[in-house]
Amino acid sequence: MNDLDFSNAEQTNVTIIGSGPAGLTAALYAARANLKPIVYQGIQPGGQLITTTDVENFPGFPDGIMGPEMMQLFEAQAERFGADLRYGTVTSVDLTERPFRLVIDEETPLLTQTIIISTGASAKYLGLEGEQRLLGYGVSACATCDGAFFRDVEVVIVGGGDTAMEEALFLTRFASKVHVVHRRDTLRASKIMQERAMANEKIEFVWNTEVVDVIGDKEVDGVKLKNRVTGEISDLAVKALFVAIGHRPNTDIFTDWLDMDDQGYIVTKPDTTYTNIPGVFACGDAQDHVYRQAVTAAGTGCMAAIDSERWLAEHGVAEFSSAAV
Amino acid sequence: MAKYKTITDATFKTDVLESDSPVLVDFWATWCGPCRAIAPVIEELAEEFDGRAVVAKMDVDENQTVPMSYNIRSIPTLLIFKDGQVVDQITGAVRKKIIADKLENAVAQHA
Repeated sequence: MNDLDFSNAEQTNVTIIGSGPAGLTAALYAARANLKPIVYQGIQPGGQLITTTDVENFPGFPDGIMGPEMMQLFEAQAERFGADLRYGTVTSVDLTERPFRLVIDEETPLLTQTIIISTGASAKYLGLEGEQRLLGYGVSACATCDGAFFRDVEVVIVGGGDTAMEEALFLTRFASKVHVVHRRDTLRASKIMQERAMANEKIEFVWNTEVVDVIGDKEVDGVKLKNRVTGEISDLAVKALFVAIGHRPNTDIFTDWLDMDDQGYIVTKPDTTYTNIPGVFACGDAQDHVYRQAVTAAGTGCMAAIDSERWLAEHGVAEFSSAAV
Repeated sequence: MAKYKTITDATFKTDVLESDSPVLVDFWATWCGPCRAIAPVIEELAEEFDGRAVVAKMDVDENQTVPMSYNIRSIPTLLIFKDGQVVDQITGAVRKKIIADKLENAVAQHA
């Protein structure tokens, strides 16, 4: 960051980091307020919904809609009012003073008066040695991407939430059997998803159990299971391990600057999207560890755009001084 | 405007294994979200590496032989070939710079 020259950097009013429902709703509102927001879309434009199949709980789509299709509609609506959607990832930030300094893809400097953080969350992994080694060779955190490579074989999925149920059901299209391994004896998933999974004859639940190791040299041959009640260890022969144990917020680049809880979620002032740094706002899954829905992300994205518009109107535009570090 | 090359099981040998310059192959499918996410990056790379490397895409739904023989179990997977051999591999959607650096590396070693 220090050796990058900001004196000729592009300057902007609002930079939105992330392009899921939160970021694109913020972009829509900021664009309609004529703030000409720039959106850096990150490595997964569209966010987590890009890897989901049917979205059945976003109001206004009575027949459901595919996740990627919905995000294309979000993009089109934001662009219609002049939001500037760009490919690129913000790789570091300097929030010492306004205008704030951002670095895009480790090389391009950008100066911005306000920042809306909508970086969302990414899939968590189990943290096993074999897991990273066999990633792409049977280990996956995206059933909708990789499920089709495992036709007529047995697979295992770890998790007990809605995502785990949705992915388990998706995997039954290809796999001969889907084992759902869950740490507890009850599911976190919503009733409707539980009922669908329980009713599917290809799905078999393994309760009170953890995956403790991945077996396989060049590709997954199985997993080692441990029963949390009896302590019993057993092997399960499967060709794939899908991990669906939740998400962690993508907030690493803000660690030195913003107040976060112990899990890395950005803390916002109650009833607002204000962070501890004036002019920096946070919305969506990066700050919400409770609801984490597309519709709530969109809601807080709208709040962040309104907060930043009002804040800019009140505080005006800060001039860039090249002397500051 | 330079465009990526669409390759198939049938053209893989000529287009990739026997290519004079390094080849980046993007294994993808229409139903894969992260594949769509990196599609614009692949197009940009095709332009930026025009004349120095070949940038190619293979649809894993329409072609099964090559993905199977290279043990593709996750998409998107990017393989970089040089003189018929895989010299680098990237699994999942990553930032453009990471792909560009690896391809640049293959081009540099080639010259």
